[in-house]
Amino acid sequence: MRLSRTARISLGVVTGVVLAIVYLPLLVVFVNSFSTSKNLTWPPPGFTLEWWGKAFQNAGAMEAIGTSVQIAVVSTAIALVLGTLISLALQRFTFFGRDAVSLLVILPIALPGIVTGIALNNFFRTIIDVQLGFVTIVIAHSTFCIVTVFNNVIARLRRTGTSLEEASADLGAGIWTTFRLVTFPQIRSALLAGGLLAFALSFDEIIVTTFTAGPGMSTLPIWILNNLFRPNQAPIVNVIAVVLVLVSIVPIYFAQRLAGAESAQK
Amino acid sequence: MTSNAASPLIERAGIPPHRHTPARRVSVFLSQHARARLGLLLSAPLLWLGLVYIVALAALLVTAFWSVDSFTGEVSTTWTLDNFVTVFTGAVYQAVTLRTVGIALLVTIVDIVIALPIAFFMAKVASPRLRRILVIAVLMPLWASYLVKAYAWRSVLSEGGLLEWLLSPFGGQTPGYGIPAIVITLSYLWLPYVILPIYAGLERVPDSLLEASSDLGAKTGRTLVSIVLPMLWPAIIAGSIFSFSLSLGDYITVNIVGGANQLLGNLVFTNVGAANNLPLAAAIATIPIAIMVVYLTAARRSGALESL
Repeated sequence: MRLSRTARISLGVVTGVVLAIVYLPLLVVFVNSFSTSKNLTWPPPGFTLEWWGKAFQNAGAMEAIGTSVQIAVVSTAIALVLGTLISLALQRFTFFGRDAVSLLVILPIALPGIVTGIALNNFFRTIIDVQLGFVTIVIAHSTFCIVTVFNNVIARLRRTGTSLEEASADLGAGIWTTFRLVTFPQIRSALLAGGLLAFALSFDEIIVTTFTAGPGMSTLPIWILNNLFRPNQAPIVNVIAVVLVLVSIVPIYFAQRLAGAESAQK
Repeated sequence: MTSNAASPLIERAGIPPHRHTPARRVSVFLSQHARARLGLLLSAPLLWLGLVYIVALAALLVTAFWSVDSFTGEVSTTWTLDNFVTVFTGAVYQAVTLRTVGIALLVTIVDIVIALPIAFFMAKVASPRLRRILVIAVLMPLWASYLVKAYAWRSVLSEGGLLEWLLSPFGGQTPGYGIPAIVITLSYLWLPYVILPIYAGLERVPDSLLEASSDLGAKTGRTLVSIVLPMLWPAIIAGSIFSFSLSLGDYITVNIVGGANQLLGNLVFTNVGAANNLPLAAAIATIPIAIMVVYLTAARRSGALESL
């Protein structure tokens, strides 16, 4: 298939227009973070740096960011371990119930968040009777983060095959050595990509979190939900959203570069 | 591997002989027993998903057969089908289910239609450098808070907002808050989740196949329909699972831009919270569960779950 010049250009134009629309609301958020209007009227009546100063002194927001980072780090770590184990099992073995297991991994993300949310809330409160808090959020988040790691790792395992691992075993390496020196380096960038998505998923999750957080806990999305409709806080929420998008460029860029470097080697 | 018959040779090659550590012994045992290896790999994740998730879901389904004592507000564990009768015969529930499924389908179609050309441009037209920039550009909005983006659309769509400011010189006006606003905002929120699997699917379509097709005389349209689309189908369905299921359970965006409209998620949410009727909420929740199970079963036949 050879695309004509017109087709290539029009595809490029469509991509450009859609990306412009995608970034338009983010631009509105960016502009509003400097606006003197507290209820986001358009066009902004004036320019101020007041919100940027206030945002970094807002104890509630800073505490919520800290909580969210901790939850996302622990959930991602658990998801990385469980997701790797389950993708190795499903890719390297055939066994009875394999299809059911792969469906089980997808289920927590495929069922609507509110279903997962009320199911876990009911489970924690009435069945095992634990206090809702940090641990229950982490359990909930890890459960639906497994799938992002699983998808990335199993796709990689499918591509790499088993010949290198067999060679390693033939040369006398035990399974731990083979995993450390052969399997792990092959799946490393897939783990990074999956882990990054898991982190983002956990960091931004609101629905399941609402049902598993309990009264005392405030993650960043919960803090945002509580402050979004308050006139004095909305501009601060905008500042934090802008900072998060800007900060997110760094890990995405490095993950991309790592993936690019690896595909260039092959 | 455990015998030392070859050890003089190994020592001459400078490779130290194996030490008989416990780790080594476990390794030898596991490499001889494939089932034990499988068991070790599967036990932790299955225990986690089974104990936490399946038990929780099953318990929720059981709760749907119970009821709430109207005096005490406590859940009473006598078995009843009342909740299901209410949900399946109530006109409100039918209307809301239809509206929810309709919106979820519309959002999914809009996202696929937008995602296809972009993913195609990224995978097959853009230079490697531009491709990397575009992937970053698609991923980045995922890091802006879901709530902030939904709220940004509320502000864009409001009267006197950006959209009206842009459209009013041409005599246009904002659709306001309602079902169009819900569809726009949800499509916007889930678009990256649809672009990424379709882009990954297109990357797996080798360029050589496309060239072969054109060498054999197929025009662009024919190549797209006969070569690209069949290979891409699983990726499209994989993407649709995200946009469909995420739309099916949403209630927060609906509250922010939906005006007075309610979706299934809102009904579940009000029954859990304000109405304090978990059994009825559980019965309503079986609707999206059933829809998603049907959807996933159909998706699995197409092989889409492999490329999720």
